[in-house]
Amino acid sequence: MVAPLLLKNGRVIDPANGLDGIRDLLLVEGKIAAVTLPGEVDGPAGVETLDLAGKWVVPGLIDMHVHLREPGQEHKETIETGTLAAAAGGFTAVACMPNTKPVNDNEAVTQLILAKAAARGSARVYPVGAISSGSRGEALAEYGEMKQAGVVAVTDDGLPVVNSQLMRRALEYAGNHELLVISHAEEPTLSQNGAMNDGALATRLGLRGIPHVAEEIMVYRDLALAQYTGRPIHIAHVSTRESVDLIRRAKAKGVAVTAETAPHYFTLTEAAVDQYNTRAKMNPPLRRQADVDAIRQGLRDGTLDAIATDHAPHSELDKDVEFDLAANGIIGLETAVPLTLRLVREGILEAGGMIALLSVNPARILGVGGGALSVGAVADVTVIDPEKEFVYGPEAVHSKSVNSPFLGWQFKGKAVLTILAGRVTYSDFPG
Amino acid sequence: MYSTHRFSHKHILGLADLSVEDMGLILQTAESFKEISTRAIKKVPTLRGKTIVNLFFEPSTRTRLSFEVAAKRMSADTFNISGSGSSTVKGETLIDTARNLDAMNPDCIILRHSRSGSPRLLADHIDASVINAGDGTHEHPSQGLLDLMTVKEAKGTISGLKIAIIGDIAHSRVAHSNIIGFSKMGATVAVAGPATLIPPGVEEMGATVCGSVAKAVEDADVIMALRIQKERQHDPLLPSLREYANFFGVSQKLVGAAKPDAIIMHPGPINRGVELDPKIADGSRSVILDQVTNGVAVRMALIYLIMGGD
Repeated sequence: MVAPLLLKNGRVIDPANGLDGIRDLLLVEGKIAAVTLPGEVDGPAGVETLDLAGKWVVPGLIDMHVHLREPGQEHKETIETGTLAAAAGGFTAVACMPNTKPVNDNEAVTQLILAKAAARGSARVYPVGAISSGSRGEALAEYGEMKQAGVVAVTDDGLPVVNSQLMRRALEYAGNHELLVISHAEEPTLSQNGAMNDGALATRLGLRGIPHVAEEIMVYRDLALAQYTGRPIHIAHVSTRESVDLIRRAKAKGVAVTAETAPHYFTLTEAAVDQYNTRAKMNPPLRRQADVDAIRQGLRDGTLDAIATDHAPHSELDKDVEFDLAANGIIGLETAVPLTLRLVREGILEAGGMIALLSVNPARILGVGGGALSVGAVADVTVIDPEKEFVYGPEAVHSKSVNSPFLGWQFKGKAVLTILAGRVTYSDFPG
Repeated sequence: MYSTHRFSHKHILGLADLSVEDMGLILQTAESFKEISTRAIKKVPTLRGKTIVNLFFEPSTRTRLSFEVAAKRMSADTFNISGSGSSTVKGETLIDTARNLDAMNPDCIILRHSRSGSPRLLADHIDASVINAGDGTHEHPSQGLLDLMTVKEAKGTISGLKIAIIGDIAHSRVAHSNIIGFSKMGATVAVAGPATLIPPGVEEMGATVCGSVAKAVEDADVIMALRIQKERQHDPLLPSLREYANFFGVSQKLVGAAKPDAIIMHPGPINRGVELDPKIADGSRSVILDQVTNGVAVRMALIYLIMGGD
């Protein structure tokens, strides 16, 4: 039995319901019981009441692209620690990528993930299954069985689907099971295990470059296949200007495409890897300012539908090595809100737009529900203090790994209260 | 003219980190040390009691020997560790290997490694000084300095010269250090080669990219041919070495377009008949063996300066 909770005087931002105003929110038995003008609801006798004046009250945030590492790489992250990091970042739901060990390409792995999430999770976990068996890029995985077990989409994320016929068949067959196909767009014969963005900096550092066309060629191929098969496609972690443009044009033609980018792609350039900083090494790599600008524009004009963190925990063993050998990826769950708030303060996004990109949009893309503060809906609610200043230090990280290029950054704004089905999963309140 | 400059670097990781004054002081010091190698007793006691480790993870004859000779002529104790004999084959990380070496209190570790940036990684984790003896496709600063010394010796100056570097600019750490070093010292650096071997943005390091080898060599004071590595099979960079030799090799005809007193350089080892016509390699304009001689002097100077000598 969950105790009722009355959230008073907050700025309720609920883009799914077209609401942005000061409201009271009453949560009873894990559901949203009322959304009213201030003072119009009292709740049951003795209800715990929080005065949220100056805070944002938004739908529980949804990160549609995280790596929880369990099973197989529990030294980097577990479902328990990863969902704790999610809650601390304001997320009530995450979609976890299938590149675990073993790969999530069957119902047994899916069931294991869901069982662990149910037992020890601090957020909803939506498993994403593999496109191909073992993510080897050869044969289709068993989508029907995985769907029954609970996967919400399929991808070979971490690896591109090199074989175009396999990608076509995946799009076609995923339709039978109403599964979304998510594309990790990378042409590997061009990226060639490169270590960073191709260009002058890569030349100066003596690192093999990944040209931006390696992404764009695959984005184009997958858009073409989506158009040809008439099936929806979702493009993961968009990092280049031309990718944004390709997606924009495909949308204009009516192709069923959605796309996400990550906070690092609208915040950092390749300059972050200078001095061989492996904490800024990722795939796709950080690009240039023109790409950053285009991604911001894509978020602003709706070309990009979602902000997802690509939360990719790695231990020191994977990162404190020669740059070429260092693992790709950074953690992101606990920095997504402050980094995205920067776009709001810069006037690139409105508050409602930011919240849509982090909640209702990914919910709709994945078809998982949530992302709205409707009366009667499950009470997944996040409270953001847009003014709270803090330094992001390693001691504050809830994730099991601390591989972030943002360590030491001074931020303004963070999630201060995360509520999952009426229960508080994270509180830094009043703080 | 540089005698008042104090050398303040603990590590030598690349010429990108060194100022014109630093490089001037290194060259000046190397010039004064060169004479030691011509004595009957080729040894001075300057670095007696100092310990220098040659940590070489890539095969190297010339550079490793040159550093070892340099250290021994300064009376330092030297130890050689090669990739196959090291614990990395047992799965130890570079940082662990370095920390273990560091625990034995060496004064300087000289590192050759196939991965760009590994000397920086080492320097960040140990107390000893680190000299980069070539890292991946990043830099080879001692080679760049010995090339500067050789040109200065032959031409009397570096500023105002035209240096043509021909060949695999993309994968050559020697080219990178030379482009940075020569352009910082006031020379013009023209590079040319197959477009597949010209890296993006090399202009930002200080090079001018020429569309043809002939254009790069035109009126040059120095022609440097780079080794073409036959072992790069993963990337279709060249149709054949035969075609490379015909269109990009430094030939006698090509040398005719340079200044009459132009010198020929090569960092070695040479693929004779591929990037360089053997007659030119052995001809009167070649300073290739002077490069090797100067390599010892430059490395003596580097070791001396980072150990606080002045």
